[in-house]
Amino acid sequence: MNNLESIIEESAFKLIKVAETILPDDVVEALKKARDRETRPLAKAQLDAILKNIEIAKNRKLPICQDTGTIIWFIKLGENFPIRSKLKDILIRATRRATEEIPIRPNAVNPWTGKNSGDNTGRYFPWFNWEIVQGDELELTVLPKGGGSENTSALWMLTPGEGINGLKRAVIETVYKAGPKPCPPIVVGVGIGGGADIAIKLAKKALLRPLNVRNEDENIAKLEEELLEAVNELGIGPMGLGGLTTVLDVHIEWGHRHPASFPVGIVTQCWADRAARMRITKDGKVEILSHNVNLEEV
Amino acid sequence: MAEYYLKTPISEEDVRKLQVGDIVYISGIMITARDAAHKRAISLAKGGKVNEIPVNFEGLALYHCGPVVKKVNDTWKVFAAGPTTSARMEAIEGEFIRLFKVRAIIGKGGMGAKTAEAAKEVGAFYGAFTGGTAALAAEAIKRVKEVHWLDLGTPEALWVLEVENFGPLVVAIDSHGNNLYDTVLKEAEENKVKVLKELGLI
Repeated sequence: MNNLESIIEESAFKLIKVAETILPDDVVEALKKARDRETRPLAKAQLDAILKNIEIAKNRKLPICQDTGTIIWFIKLGENFPIRSKLKDILIRATRRATEEIPIRPNAVNPWTGKNSGDNTGRYFPWFNWEIVQGDELELTVLPKGGGSENTSALWMLTPGEGINGLKRAVIETVYKAGPKPCPPIVVGVGIGGGADIAIKLAKKALLRPLNVRNEDENIAKLEEELLEAVNELGIGPMGLGGLTTVLDVHIEWGHRHPASFPVGIVTQCWADRAARMRITKDGKVEILSHNVNLEEV
Repeated sequence: MAEYYLKTPISEEDVRKLQVGDIVYISGIMITARDAAHKRAISLAKGGKVNEIPVNFEGLALYHCGPVVKKVNDTWKVFAAGPTTSARMEAIEGEFIRLFKVRAIIGKGGMGAKTAEAAKEVGAFYGAFTGGTAALAAEAIKRVKEVHWLDLGTPEALWVLEVENFGPLVVAIDSHGNNLYDTVLKEAEENKVKVLKELGLI
């Protein structure tokens, strides 16, 4: 294994550790704001417990949640980055090491036999999203996605006639139906267009945008705000025990659709809205983009 | 909203004091059991083999949890131990409460009418622990006292844990037939209709 390969493996292992143990600042800030806004003592108590948990996890380098999620990689590969086809194996090795050393929970189960592979790897597991870009750098994002909140995600194959109004109803109904199950306050990713698979994929991609950063299109930004306000009127509250904050943010991504379809993918993400991103240059220089941490200390 | 600090074994009298919305912290012995451990315990008890169950559950706290554990120098250490979704145990929890008289059921997301009925009958409560707060839980777990049924896999095994001020637990089902989740969800349904009307969607 050459030097750059071992740098990528080591850094990817650390990236998983950062994602699993330190919540990004934007999420912590949103949770603090929610705590200050709540008036019900029970809702405040939930958010206080969450914030205390985040501190303990960070200080003691422990996983934030025992469901350490499905490991999903988003890879932006510069066309001139020297390591390409070997990347997948390198990231699989990093995932195995993270499972053993952090440790994180083995979450890869064979659907036919029920057998857990024990190391978070298996068929299509972890999942890789590839994008080839210009340049000679590698950008890696890891999204550990919790199962409880994945279970309340939904696909709505609307008719074009239902359109935007149908989309609004879908988001409100999905958050209502999810109730306490996805560990609110949640983040809602919405993907519109493409086909069934693309709508869901876009919804998941929407989760990667930092909280309180609106869609760059003014009209979509307004729709995000309208939906955020609407779902918070449901009153489900932190952990479904009632309160003002059911959802921390709603993010929308979109693509063109088929004339006959109006697919809407909705992905729900628990308050432990974990992800971490880094850049590696072809000379092996590593920089964490998502967190203000020193990699040496991880 | 009152706050209580309970020690195991928890008595029926302790439990009858609690009302939905109260906050509880528990110290003493807590067992973990998910679907598989519930089923095994129930089937042993019903098959007349109650003496094969390694722990007497009466008065203990039962935690719906599949912990992240690792053996360090031959001693089990709990790294993360947040609650799992309790609804999965709804079909069998009532029977478990009646058979073993556990007094505290701890998990996330709430439970239904069957559990509430058994809690009322026997004198038990459901305490909601904040979902995902695995590090907070791990900190309140002082020691792994015993582990049994490891053949079910580490998340499903029967972990016997010593805990100190484990909480905050919100009493979401009390022993008087009240269920906080039902109240919130009923309000949410009314709010939903209101919002959909306001936005001109229905």
